[in-house]
Parts: sequence; structure tokens; C-alpha cells
Amino acid sequence: MAELDTSGGGKKGGKVRSKKQSTRVDLTAMVDLAFLLITFFMLTTTLSKPLAMEIVKPDKDVKNKDNKLELKASSTMTILLGKDNKLAWYMGEAGKSAPTIVSFNQIRADILANKKKVADIGNPKMSLTVIIKPTSGCNYQNFVDIMDELNIAKIVNAPSIDDDPEHLLEGEKQAMKAAGIL
Amino acid sequence: MARAKVPRKSTAIDMTAMCDVAFLLLTFFILTATARQPDPANITTPTSTYEIKVPDKDLAILSIGHGKVFFEVIGQDIKRYTLEKMGETYGVTFSEEEKKRFAVLGSFGVPMNQLKNFINMNGEERTKTTIQTGIPTSDSTSRGELYQWVLQSRMAVAALHNERMSISIKGDSKEEYPTVRKIIDILQKQKQNKFSLITSPEGAPKK
Repeated sequence: MAELDTSGGGKKGGKVRSKKQSTRVDLTAMVDLAFLLITFFMLTTTLSKPLAMEIVKPDKDVKNKDNKLELKASSTMTILLGKDNKLAWYMGEAGKSAPTIVSFNQIRADILANKKKVADIGNPKMSLTVIIKPTSGCNYQNFVDIMDELNIAKIVNAPSIDDDPEHLLEGEKQAMKAAGIL
Repeated sequence: MARAKVPRKSTAIDMTAMCDVAFLLLTFFILTATARQPDPANITTPTSTYEIKVPDKDLAILSIGHGKVFFEVIGQDIKRYTLEKMGETYGVTFSEEEKKRFAVLGSFGVPMNQLKNFINMNGEERTKTTIQTGIPTSDSTSRGELYQWVLQSRMAVAALHNERMSISIKGDSKEEYPTVRKIIDILQKQKQNKFSLITSPEGAPKK
């Protein structure tokens, strides 16, 4: 163990010897320090692992027919991300219904309401599909937020992300301009 | 009646074994901990409720902040191989020493013609330097250096590890979306349609 054998050999005669001191060291402080560091390293290593969200974007190859997906108007919700942390959404085809302008606090309720509406149609094959169109005015946080909202709302269909400015329809542009968020 | 005397025992415990264990664990944690690399661009990642962990190998990280893009690929062997291939593509030769230095380098954002300079700087100069202008995303040959970096690192991962490389995007939350779109477009040109966005954890969903 830590202490050394200090008993010495056999004694010979009555020689004067210096007093023997114990070699035991108090390890308490050292152990305290070691555990403090262990705690620190344990906490920092597990917490600093970054998290990620997986996103899949539609293939840009328009020649490939498999890349085209027909969506039912009744189960499709389009979300347009605008500037000043505002967004616009509408159900079905563009231009037929006026987009609703909301902020990020309200969108969750709207997504859930639309999800319920689609589920109420009663077709088990149909569930809400979301198209996300980030426009040039929005920032990265908005985009991550909306993806997060879909995750929270448990939308099973993978959202289509369409960020090509040329794909922004005329009706959508006008509605966003009118609301001042384009 | 005389009470039975309980012999007094010392309260000192032998701490040696405890100390041994504590230091063993400490050594283990220090060695497994990955030192956080300083970010060249001051990036605050947006928060999300996703809880998918980022893989820790065969991964390229594109950091986007303040309109600049920085690139990093994980793994010293991959970095080395990528640098060699990039050198061939752009006609720059790197010495053995430079390759070694590059292999331990973190995220960087310098154009190819400045890379040699950048590798030969020491840590302090690197943080101060102004040549980190981000990796050029387009040039006269239309593909751009970022395209090449991603392509070469993908080939390096495929050649050395026989795996597919995953791509992570680490964007600043205030970044304008068009910048992000530009980067994603470059990836999509190589038919990389799937990537992960690095986010920081958020508490339980706000009600």
C-alpha cells in the first residue's frame, strides 16, 4: 500500500536513531480534486455533442420523371416564409384561397388544425403534406424553426422544400407583397 | 459494573484505491474528450427539438456565418487525402510538413491561393488574420472551390473508408436565407440532396 515499511531491520545495540516519521500522505484533497475534474469532463463531453436535423431536398433533375410528385390540393398546405419573422400559409392551390399571414407563435396551432382537417376527411391514405417556400427575405433561423414546428406537430409526410425564387407563384407574390413581408 | 471498553479506532481511511480509480477515470475522460475547435466565424446555431446526434466521422461540416462559408472534414487521413487532391486540381504542391499541419487544422475559410500561407501560420496569427474570407463559392470555371472541396472530400471518404460522407450545415441563426440557398445549391449540383442542419438543443416544446 501507500505507506512504506518503516520498521527497520533488526536492532543492534542501543544506537541513537532519528525519529521515524510516517510516510502516509493525506490523499483526501487529491481525491476531491480528481472527482471534481471527472465531473467536469463528464458533463462537458456529453453536453457539447451537437444535434442535427435531417433534411432532404427534392432532386433538381427535372428530366427524371420519378422526381415529380402529384399532390392532392385538399391535403396540401403551403407555407411561405417571409421577412420580419412572418409567414403566410394557405391550403390547396395558389390563388384560390387568400394566404393567412401569421407569426411563428401561431403557426403551430394552424398546422395542427390543418392536420386535423385532413385527417377528418376520413381517407386513411391521406395526411397533411407541407410545402415550404423560403423566400429571400427570411433568415436561417426561420427555416429551422418551421422544420422544427413540423417535427413537433408530427407531420409524417416529408415536407417539400422549394426555395427556388422562380417557383414562387404570382398569386403568392402578390399576397406577400400586400402584407409587406416579401 | 464496569462497562466493556470499545477500543477506539482511527477514522482515517486508506484513500489510495479511491485515488487510483479517480485518476483512472479522469485520464479516460480527458483522453476521450474532443477539444472544442475554435470557430473562425462566430456562429450561433438556431435551436430545435430534434435529437439526432451528428455522426463523429465521415462527415463534412460547412459553417455559414456572415455571408462567408467555412469548410471542415473530420478525420486526419481524410483531410490529408483531400488536400493532396485539391492541390492536384488547382496546381498547388504541398510539402509533407504542410500536409501534416493541415491534417490537424479545424474549420477554415481561405481561398486556394491563400491556403499555403494559412497553413504555415501559427494559431495566433490564424485567429487574427483577415485572409479568412470564406471559401469562394463560384469562380470563372463556374464550379467554384467549395464544390471541389466537397467533391474531393467525398471521394476521399469513399476511397479511404469505403463509406458515404454525410454533410452537415452549421448556419448562423441570423444568416440570410439566400446565402444558405447558394450553399445548398452547390451541394445539389453533386446530387447531394440529403444533409443535416446542426442545431443546439431546446427544452421541451413551448406550449
